[in-house]
Amino acid sequence: MILSDYLPGTGLLWRLPPGIKLLALAALGTLLLAVPLLDLAAITFVAVIALYLGSGLGWRVIWGILRPMLLILAIVAGAQWWLFDALSALMVALRLAALLLFASLVTLTTRASDMIAALERALFWLRPLRVNPAKVSLALSLALRFIPVLGSITAEVREAQRARGLERSVIATAVPVIVRLLKMADDIADAIEARGYDPGNETSRSTGETRP
Amino acid sequence: MTTREIVHIALFAALTAALGLFPPLTLPAVGVAITAQSMGPMLAGALVGAKRGGLALALFYVLVAVGMPLLAGGRGGMGVLLGASGGFVLAWPLAAFAIGWAYQRARFNPGLPGEVAILVIFGIGLVYLIGVPWISAVAGLSLWQALVGSIGFIPGDLVKIAVVIAITRTVRRAYPALSQGR
Amino acid sequence: MIELRDVTHRYGERVVLRDLSLRLEERRVAVIGGNGSGKSSFARLLNGLQLPSAGQVLIDGLDTRSDGKAVRRRVGFVFQNPDNQIVFPVVEEDLAFGLKNLRLPRDEIRARVDAALARYDLTELREHPAHLLSGGQKQLLAIAGVMAMEPAHIVFDEPTTLLDLRNKRRVARAIAELPQNVVMISHDLELLRDFDRVIVLDEGRIVADDRPGPAIDFYERRMA
Repeated sequence: MILSDYLPGTGLLWRLPPGIKLLALAALGTLLLAVPLLDLAAITFVAVIALYLGSGLGWRVIWGILRPMLLILAIVAGAQWWLFDALSALMVALRLAALLLFASLVTLTTRASDMIAALERALFWLRPLRVNPAKVSLALSLALRFIPVLGSITAEVREAQRARGLERSVIATAVPVIVRLLKMADDIADAIEARGYDPGNETSRSTGETRP
Repeated sequence: MTTREIVHIALFAALTAALGLFPPLTLPAVGVAITAQSMGPMLAGALVGAKRGGLALALFYVLVAVGMPLLAGGRGGMGVLLGASGGFVLAWPLAAFAIGWAYQRARFNPGLPGEVAILVIFGIGLVYLIGVPWISAVAGLSLWQALVGSIGFIPGDLVKIAVVIAITRTVRRAYPALSQGR
Repeated sequence: MIELRDVTHRYGERVVLRDLSLRLEERRVAVIGGNGSGKSSFARLLNGLQLPSAGQVLIDGLDTRSDGKAVRRRVGFVFQNPDNQIVFPVVEEDLAFGLKNLRLPRDEIRARVDAALARYDLTELREHPAHLLSGGQKQLLAIAGVMAMEPAHIVFDEPTTLLDLRNKRRVARAIAELPQNVVMISHDLELLRDFDRVIVLDEGRIVADDRPGPAIDFYERRMA
């Protein structure tokens, strides 16, 4: 499974800290939605395209991102045109395209692992909310580890159900996958604690009621 | 939070990702594609409750946001989450939490009418309550127009609720420890 | 030394281990028994993953009930299915997990990770996604992760059941080379031939406790 849409590169955008890029995205999104002006939308759109080209990401990359959005852009613009006028349709379409292109630019120039590392550093700020960063970070790692595992279990179960002519049935596939998931969860929790992980005051240690 | 709860959160996030691998089913009558993925929040809430279910879907959202292509059709990244359907994905953690809360209140045994009610109110109602205004903001449509545009998905959602009820009941029989909220 | 004092263990109504008293001092001890004989619960009692319903389990004098943390440092545990034991997405991250839990200094962690990778032929795979390893490599990674923590004892719960013949032999060799005391639960009688002591469990009781030759003969006759 490919784990990210990241495109390797060495330019300035790749070297910027992920946190800065995310803040820029949030700021741009707020600005564009708060100030619905055609000029602003058009300038931003052109600027984002320039960022792509300036970073060595060519028209092919831009087109690859825009193409799947054309339908929704057309619907959005069409509705605006029908309701209001052509200018507001253009504004909404440019604004949406600029935002989506900028968001994709963040994803294209940042490894998922760097983004997660930045996230884990930022988790520090959640301490006052009584969120334990170590636990969030463990949950993130576990999800990354077991997403491909669950993907292959799902494929395996569908294969088995195909032999019985049930591969189209979501129920016949999901039930065995979820039952296996729950049993795995018990073993994984045991394995984590057996390797010295200390969950704090609470433990799931049992005198044996939960396991068969 | 126990280690087992952390593991459940991670695995239900992974399950939601795996549900995105099912080929979408197209309803012939309305011509709208339905994906199995939106069953993720319902299954997580109904099986492991409010805290674990809600956090599992929050974790899923974060993983999509950092660029992992986990949404049905292999999509991911900020672009998708800020797009028209982003509001629905944002609603999933809240829906999972609310569904889990309701199931827990009923001690995971709400009875068939109760289950249908919980899943319709929180699995459809709450999700649309967030998803539809989001579309209207992103696409510059009125709320009413955004709602009309989304109504085609409701038959598919009702099918999913039936499927979710069948799945949770069978899983509970195969794994009775869940019914004690463990 | 591992010591069980009058240990009884139940799941609800069902008694899985009945009044066991044992001292394990040998370097290689195996526990065999049919399905449902209680051997898996036996393994889980030894590092405090489960606590006995009655009686005491002592590891080098530490009680699993009152000194759980210290016990888990002394007793490593390798599970049957390495897929459930490897908890980090990348090989070297997974190796470092147990070491971070020991709160070792960073340099020490790096040194131990490097040593473990080299020892189990995993150096080339250090940045590899764990899910792309073969079954045998996964089990070796699981063993490496436990070994790197340098416990005094390692408990194996059927470590070769899911492996093919070649990987079985590779894992068996890795286990034979371990400097630690080993307690191994297994169905794989071949693996136990050079052990010091073999205990046969049936319905939660010890029915044989001997050198491998006689104990395995007894077990084979009983299962026939």
